[in-house]
Order: sequence, then C-alpha cells, then structure tokens
Amino acid sequence: MDSELRLYPILVWARVRSQLQYRLSFAFLVAGSCFLTATDFLVIWVIFQHLPALGGWSLEEVAFLYGTSYLSFKATDMVVGHLDQLPVMVRMGTFDTVLTRPLGSLYQVITSDFALRHVGGILQGLVILSYAIVSLHICWDPARVGLFAVMLVSGGAIFGSIWVLGAATVFWTAGSGLEVLNSFTYGGNQLTSYPLNIYAGWLRRLLAFIVPLGFVNYFPSLYILDKPDPLGSPQFLSFLSPVVAIVMVGLARQVWQSGVRHYRSTGS
Amino acid sequence: MGFYWQVALLGFRRFATYRAATLAGIFTNTVFGFMRAYVLVALFATRADVGGYDLRDALTYVFIGQAMLMTISLWGWYDIALTIRSGDIVTDLSRPFDYQIYWLAQDIGRASYHAVFRGIPPFLLGMLVFDLRVPEHPWTVLYFVVSVFLAVCVSFSLRFMLNLTAFWLLDYRGAGALMAGAWTFLSGFAVPIVFFPGWLQTISMALPFRAMLQVPLDIFLEKPGGSDVFGQLLIQAAWAVAILLAGRWLLGVASRRVVVQGG
Repeated sequence: MDSELRLYPILVWARVRSQLQYRLSFAFLVAGSCFLTATDFLVIWVIFQHLPALGGWSLEEVAFLYGTSYLSFKATDMVVGHLDQLPVMVRMGTFDTVLTRPLGSLYQVITSDFALRHVGGILQGLVILSYAIVSLHICWDPARVGLFAVMLVSGGAIFGSIWVLGAATVFWTAGSGLEVLNSFTYGGNQLTSYPLNIYAGWLRRLLAFIVPLGFVNYFPSLYILDKPDPLGSPQFLSFLSPVVAIVMVGLARQVWQSGVRHYRSTGS
Repeated sequence: MGFYWQVALLGFRRFATYRAATLAGIFTNTVFGFMRAYVLVALFATRADVGGYDLRDALTYVFIGQAMLMTISLWGWYDIALTIRSGDIVTDLSRPFDYQIYWLAQDIGRASYHAVFRGIPPFLLGMLVFDLRVPEHPWTVLYFVVSVFLAVCVSFSLRFMLNLTAFWLLDYRGAGALMAGAWTFLSGFAVPIVFFPGWLQTISMALPFRAMLQVPLDIFLEKPGGSDVFGQLLIQAAWAVAILLAGRWLLGVASRRVVVQGG
C-alpha cells in the first residue's frame, strides 16, 4: 500500500510526459475536451433564456451544481476513466500480465493511463463554478468551507466507485454490455448537473439513492447554499456524503476482488 | 452498384453481431432520454410554449434525438482516421472502387442497422413513460425516412472530412472533440434551435449541422408544414452534395501527401 502510493506520481508522470510529446495534438485534445463539455452548460444557459428558475433553482445555483459535478466527475474520469477499456484487456488476455505483477490488479489498471486531456473539462467546470460562487454571496463559515471540500472529494470517490463496480462486472460477463456503465458515469454527471428535484420520483430514487448520485453534490449543496430542500428531505443528508463515499469505496474494492477471483483467462 | 450494395450489407452485418452492445446502448440512450426529458418538463412547468414547441413536442424532440444519435453517429467515428494511422489506407486507395462512395455505402449500412435497432427501441421506451407525438399524416413518415437518410449523408460527409485531418494531425481525437461539440450544439441535438436566442438561431440556420438533426426532427414533428418539407429536403441534399465534393477535394490534397510507412 505504501509503495503503491509512492509509485503513483512516478507512473502518472510517465503517462503525462508521453502525452505532452505532441504539443499541437495535445492542445487540440484539451480544447476539444473543454469545448465539448461546455456545450452542456450552453444548454443550461439556453434554458434560462426562457425562465427565471428551474425547479426553484436560479441560473447561478444550477451553475454551482454543474460546476461541482464537473469538477468531481472530470477529475475522476482523468484518473480512472480508462476502466472502460477493461473488456479489451480481458478479451485480449492482457489482463493476465497484470495478475503476474507484484502490485494490486486494480492499482495497475488505474495507473495504466492518465487522461490528461480532461483538464479541458475540469477547467471549464472551474470557470462555471467560479462564476456561480462569485455571484451567489455564499456565507463561507468554516462548516461550509469544510463541507465544500468534503463534497468534492466524496463526489469524486462516489463516481470512482461506480466506475470500479461497473468495470468489475466484466469479470463475469467477459466484457459484453459494459456500455450500460455509461448511464451511471456520464449519466451521473448529467444527472448531478441539474437539481435532483426536477426528476420524477422513480428516476430520482433509482439514481439518487440506489446509485447514490444524490450525495455527489445535491444534498451538501443544499446546506452550503442555505436552501430548504424542495423535496423536504431531512437536513442531516447534507452531511452524509463522506459516509456514503466510504461505503461505496469499500463495496467497490470487495466486488473488484471477488471479480478477480472469478476471472478465468481467455487462454489460447 | 451491386458492389456498393454488398458493402452496405456488410456495414449492416458488422454491427448486427454485437447484440449485448446493442442492448446496453439502448439502455443508456433511454436513460439519458429520461434525464433530458425531465429538464424540459421542469422548463415547461413555468410556460406552455417555447419557440413554437409545447411540452409534447419537446419530449418527442428528446426521444427522436436520442434515437437518431447513433444513426447519424454524432460522436467518435474514427474508422477512416484509424486506417490513416495504421497505413492501411494505402491499400484501400489503390483498390478499384471509389474510395469515398465505398465508405459512404458502408456507413449507410451501419446507419440502417442503428436506425432500426438503436433508434426505434428508445423511442418506444420513451412512449411508455411520456405522451410523445407521432405524425398525423402518413406521408410524414416517408418524408422523415428520406430526411434521416439525407441526414446520414450530411453527417457522413462531415465525418469523412474530419477523419482526413488525421493526415495532418497525429491525434485526430482533439479535432474530433471540437467538431463533436460544434455539431452536438449547432445540429439542434442539445436543445432545439428555436430555443436559441435570435442571433444564435441565425448562425445555426446558415450552417450545415442542422441538416443532420433539426431538419428531420422538425419534419417528424410536422413543424415546417406543407410544401416547405420539400424545400427542407432540398437543403439537406444540397449540403450533402456540397460537403461530399469538398471531401473529394480534400482527399485529393491529402493523398498527394501520403508517405507510405514501412518497407
């Protein structure tokens, strides 16, 4: 565990350096990531041309949700997004190599890439979030500052756990149908970019509590923005995000490990 | 002609093999459809009409958009760019067929598969939850099919040019993401073009991207009305031909640049 942490920056730096070799291509990738993700905010902006508040949330408040969702999600995408490629590793048999090395299998898959281009999406999220924070006049007492930081970290951990949980199903299904995972990762990013109360009850219960996306930013934001929940949920939910994140990370670890035990190589 | 027909059939069958991927894709397209739909439900909770769309139009718009997403291959089609990178394009270019028509045929085969198996299910699933609009006039269905076909041609012609940038750029994904951003928004996929502020509507009307999505959508919703349908189809066809020709020109420029790797 200790050596894994020390190795991480070294491995990541190697991935980053190789991506920086082709300057023009890299600049295009970052600009592309920034612009493609920004279209999601353009949608919000267009919608607010036609109304003052969406489900009781102003443009600045929705921008706050959008920015925090993007920061947590894109940072996670950068670190673990290549788990989407796990089916290829399983089918090609390259996952066998991973199992022969003296490091955790999940650790090796995660460090096999580091998609630096997502800084484009992160920057875009930061700009929108800064706009929201500057225009919202939030009363930044220590509790809110702390909760804000905890929210971003917990949100990232929840997204990351969903990714690991989804990818681990590959060990049982041999990698077919992993596209379903997109509904909860990219879909989770879409869901948490808007206030939870606009969704119908069934979708909300499924995606906010069973897949605990509501704890990524919605519940903590209610406290930070000093907003009563239009859904009338109790206030302690605002502080549960780290607990949910820890449970999810533990669950993801367990499922990954039992997946690896179940794994049978494609062989030759 | 028989040859290109066979190529199209192969393009169709190539995707028909992956059943689990198709089911998973339907699931994801539908989930996104529901999420996008509720945003519009919240918008129309405050007003009955936006730019001539009512809630029913807007919900139908979302699910037709989700249904057409794969058919017009809005994101991440790099088949030609990959052959440029691997060098396989050299063999393809020296084969006795028209390179661009060959890929167009294959893409029409792919699009036909996606239209049926990735297009119809999300729309039907959307109908289970929402009251979606279906065309009143039987002819509309025919116009819509023609319009989707032309939308695929426009989208292919744009993707063809985008892929050729791989001759100049080592990593085509950046240019790809920039283009994907432009056509996600300006095609009317992200929000209907009539929701845009006036100046942005003017810009999008002048660009080819709306021929990929907004035009067939409005035909499905019976928005242009009457004889205007033919005008819209004509505009789509004109864009398709113009961009295909531009693509041929770009291919000419690019193939003079080809340096064969390996020896």
